[in-house]
Amino acid sequence: MAEASPDTILSFQEIIMRLQAYWARHGCVILQPYDLEMGAGTFHTATTLRALGPDAWNAAFVQPCRRPTDGRYGENPNRLQHYYQFQVILKPSPDNMQDLYLGSLAEIGLTADSHDLRFVEDDWESPTLGAWGLGWEVWCDGMEVSQYTYFQQMGGYDCKPVSGELTYGLERLAMFVQGVDNVYDLAYNDAGMSYGDVFLENERQQSAYNFEVASTEKLFADFKAAQDESAALIEAKLPIPAYEQCVKASHIFNLLDARGVISVTERQAYILRVRDMAKASCAAWIAKNGWEA
Amino acid sequence: MADLLLELFSEEIPARLQKKASDDLARLVSDALADAGLTGGKAEAFATPRRLTLTIADLPTETPDVSEERRGPRADAPDKAIEGFLRGVGLTRDQLEVRETPKGEFLFAVIEKKGVKTAEVLATALPEIIRTFPWPKAQRWGAGDLRWIRPLQSILCLLGGAVVDFTVGGIAAGDSTEGHRFMAPGRFAVTDFTDYRRKLLDAKVILDPARRMTLIADSCQTLASAAGLDWVRDEGLLAEVAGLCEWPVPMLGGFAPAFLAVPEEVLILKMKHDQKYFVLRDKATGKLAPKFIFTANIEPRDGGTLVTSGNERVLAARLADAQFFYETDKKTKLADLLPKLDDIVFHAKLGTVGDRARRMEALARHLADFIPGCDAEDAATAARLAKADLVTGMVGEIAEVQGLMGADYARHEGYSDAVADAIADQYSPKGPSDRCPTTPVSIAVALAEKLDTLVGFFAIGEKPTGSGDPYALRRAALGVIRLVLENGLRINLEKDVPDWPADLSGFFIDRLKVQQRDKGIRHDLIDAVVAKGSDDLVWITALTSALSDFVATDDGANLLAGYKRASNILAIEEKKDGCRYSDPVNTDLLAEESEKALAEALAVARTAAAEALETEDFAAAMTALAALRAPIDAFFDGVKVNADDANVRANRLALLGEIRHTMNHVADFSVIEG
Repeated sequence: MAEASPDTILSFQEIIMRLQAYWARHGCVILQPYDLEMGAGTFHTATTLRALGPDAWNAAFVQPCRRPTDGRYGENPNRLQHYYQFQVILKPSPDNMQDLYLGSLAEIGLTADSHDLRFVEDDWESPTLGAWGLGWEVWCDGMEVSQYTYFQQMGGYDCKPVSGELTYGLERLAMFVQGVDNVYDLAYNDAGMSYGDVFLENERQQSAYNFEVASTEKLFADFKAAQDESAALIEAKLPIPAYEQCVKASHIFNLLDARGVISVTERQAYILRVRDMAKASCAAWIAKNGWEA
Repeated sequence: MADLLLELFSEEIPARLQKKASDDLARLVSDALADAGLTGGKAEAFATPRRLTLTIADLPTETPDVSEERRGPRADAPDKAIEGFLRGVGLTRDQLEVRETPKGEFLFAVIEKKGVKTAEVLATALPEIIRTFPWPKAQRWGAGDLRWIRPLQSILCLLGGAVVDFTVGGIAAGDSTEGHRFMAPGRFAVTDFTDYRRKLLDAKVILDPARRMTLIADSCQTLASAAGLDWVRDEGLLAEVAGLCEWPVPMLGGFAPAFLAVPEEVLILKMKHDQKYFVLRDKATGKLAPKFIFTANIEPRDGGTLVTSGNERVLAARLADAQFFYETDKKTKLADLLPKLDDIVFHAKLGTVGDRARRMEALARHLADFIPGCDAEDAATAARLAKADLVTGMVGEIAEVQGLMGADYARHEGYSDAVADAIADQYSPKGPSDRCPTTPVSIAVALAEKLDTLVGFFAIGEKPTGSGDPYALRRAALGVIRLVLENGLRINLEKDVPDWPADLSGFFIDRLKVQQRDKGIRHDLIDAVVAKGSDDLVWITALTSALSDFVATDDGANLLAGYKRASNILAIEEKKDGCRYSDPVNTDLLAEESEKALAEALAVARTAAAEALETEDFAAAMTALAALRAPIDAFFDGVKVNADDANVRANRLALLGEIRHTMNHVADFSVIEG
C-alpha cells in the first residue's frame, strides 16, 4: 500500500476512533460495547430491538464478538474466536446511505480513486433472530471489508421503517489498511503495541476453554436456566432483560457447538429454541411500546 | 412516431438477476403498450449493476380513435329492451341509428372512443409495472413501501424527448441519470437514447452487457498472451463479472508458485468462486499458472498498483488458508480419521457416517464379485476410507472438493492409484452427462456409495414423492443404472444386493424407463421385458433393445398385430368357456394345411427362441419369432377358429394359446402398445 509508510499508517485503535468520529459527525449515538457475550454486533439491543417500531434511530458502536468454533489457539493468522465488529445502524435508512458508507471508508484511507470498491450481492439471514434483509458484502480490491444490509424483518416482524445496517470486520479491515498478513502483527496503537501483545494469550486460553475445558453439563443447565428465565421475564412484561437471556442462551449454544456435543439434528432444535426466545422478546417489546405489529 | 427511453436507476443489482430483469422489463412494457393498441419498432433492453434500461423505437404518439358499432334490439322492440340497450352503450335514444337489415329494421349504436396519448398510457402503466415487478425477492428501504431489488434511486423516462409524467414510491420520472459511481459522479440530462448511450459512455458506463463481456474477454486474451499463457474462458464467470462492473478493467495478478502444490481444483474454486477471478494455464503443459485475471470497475489513478497488490494479498490469504488446511490434513492418516465419522449423524434412522462407511466397505467387497477384474480388498479399502475426507479441514472449508481431497491424501499415504481413484470417483456419475467410472475398484465403490443410500432410505420408508426428493435418490438410482449398463455388469439387484427392499426394484425400473426414453426406447417395451421377472439391467436393456428393433420392422409390427388378434380371440372365448387354453395342441385334430403349418412353425420357433434366450442372442430370438409371421397370417386367412366341431374349436384355440405362450416366452407382448 502507498498508505503504509510509517508516518501515515493507521493503528487499529485509530481506525476505530476515526470511524466513531465520522459517524458521530453524521448524527449517530456512539455507544460502548454491550456487556454480554454475543456472536455478532447484530445481537446488540441497539440493533435488534431498535430495528422494530416507528422511531428514528442512528447509532454506531464497537461490539466484541465471540465465535467459539472459530478459535485456533492463536495459531491461525486470520481466525479468532474473539474479535471486534464496528456496527452502524441508520433508521430509516437514508437515501444517500451508500455515499455515507463510502465516505467512512475514505476516512480510513480507502478512497475510490485508487481502490476498486464493489457492492456484491449478499442476502443476510439470522435463523436465531428470525431476521432477514437484503444487501451486499462490500469488496475493496477483492477483499470483503463490510456487510451492508437493509433489514426487512426482525424477530419475525416487518421492519417499518427499514433500518440500514453496516458491519465492519475491524481486524480484517485493519489488516488490509495496514498491509499486514497476520492479525497478530497489526499495530494496535502508535506506541509499539501489536494486536498479538493485546490478544494472543487470550486466544490461546479461550480456545482451550471453548474446545476442551468448558463444562458441558453446566452449559446444558445454563441454557435451560436462560430459557426459563427468559420465559418468566416475558410473563413479567420485561422484554429487554428477557432478550438478554436470549443472547446468553445463544452464546451458550455456540459454546456447546464448539465442544462438539450437539448433533446435527439437535442443532436445529437449539436454533429454534433461541429463535422462539428472540421472537417472544420482540413481541413483548412491540407490545410494551404499544406499536402495531 | 416517438422513441421511448426508460431507465430505472438503483443501488447495485445482483449480477445473476440483471439479464432476466431487463428481459422482464422489455416484455412487461411492450405488453402494456400492446394492450392499449400501441406497437413500436425495435425494443432493446440493457442492464448494468446500477440500471435497467429499455428503449422502444417508433411508437405512435397516441392510440388510434376507435369507432365501435353495436347492433341493438329491433326498431319496434318494447321500450324496456331499448332502455336496457341504451344503458349498456351509455347513449340516448336520439343518438341511435335505425338501419335496414335482411332481418328487418334494427337500432344501431356507434360509440366513438377518442385516442389516448401514448405518454398517458405509459404514465398509467409504468408505476404499476414497477410496483409489481417480478423480482425473485425484493426489499423496502427508508420509510417507503415500494419494493425493488435494492433501493430505487431515480427514474428517467422520455417519450419523443419529453418527460413522461409519473411518480412512483415518491420518485418522479425525469430526464437525467448518473454515470459511473466513482469515475464520473454527478447527474446529467439526456434527450434520447442515442444521446443517453453516448453520454453514459463519456461518463464511463458501458450500457450493453454483451459489449462489456466482449471487452473483458478481449482484454483477458491480450493479458494472457502477453504473459505467454492460455486464458481459461468461462461463460458463466464472464457474465457474472460483466454484471459486477459498468466500466470493466481486467488486470493481471499473480500468486506464489508454491501454492501450486495445493490441488488445482481447490485453487480454481478459491479464485473463480470466491473471488470471481479468471484462471490461466501454461500453454505447453496445460497446468494451472500462478497468475490470475481480476476485473476492476475503475481505471485506478495509480495505474492499478494498489488494486493489484490488494487483490493479490486477498488471494494469497485465501490460498494460504487452503495450504494450511492441506498441510495440516496430510499430517493425519485417513484411517485415523475414521473414528470421527462416528460423531456425524448421517440420518437419525440410518446411523452415523461411520456406520455408513462400514456398510459401504462390506458392500463394495461383496460387489467386487460382480465386477470383472475387481480386487475385493482394494474395493473394501477404498470404501472404508471414502468418507474420511469429510472430517478433514479442507473439505470442512470447501465441501465441493469432497472425494478429490480423500484421493489426494490417499495417494500421499501410498495407497494405489486404483484405491485413490475410487475415493475420488465415489460420487460419480453425478448426472446424465457426468463422467461415469470405468475402472473396477472405482465402479465397486461408486456403486456401494449409491446402493447404500438407496437401500437405506427405502428401508426406512423415505422414498421420493412427486414433489420432493430430499436425499437425491433419483440421481443415485440413475448413477447405479449408468454404472451397471456402461460397464456391462451382470447383477440381479434383488438377489445380489443384500437387504434389498422389495419396492426398490420398481423404483429402478421407473428410473430405467426415464433413462432409456432419452435413448428412444419406449417404456411399454421395457414393461414387456421386465414382466419376464428379471432385474438384471444389462439383460433387460439388451432384450428391450432387440425387441425395439424388432417391433420397428414390418415383420415385427405384423406379428404384433397377429398376437393381438390371437389374444383378443382367446380373451373372449376363454371368458365364455371359463377356462384357459394352455394345453398342448393335438396334432391329430389339425385338418387344414395352414393350421398344420402354424403348429410346426410354432414348435420350431419355440425351440429356437428358447435357445437364443439361453445364449442371450436376442436378435436371434427375434428372428425366430419373425418366422411366425407368415404362418400366423395364413392361419387367420384360411381357418375359422370357432369351428362347429367343439373339439376342433378347442384345438384351434389351443393353437392360439401356443402363439401367446411362444411369444410371451420372449417378452410379454400383451403390454406392448400399438
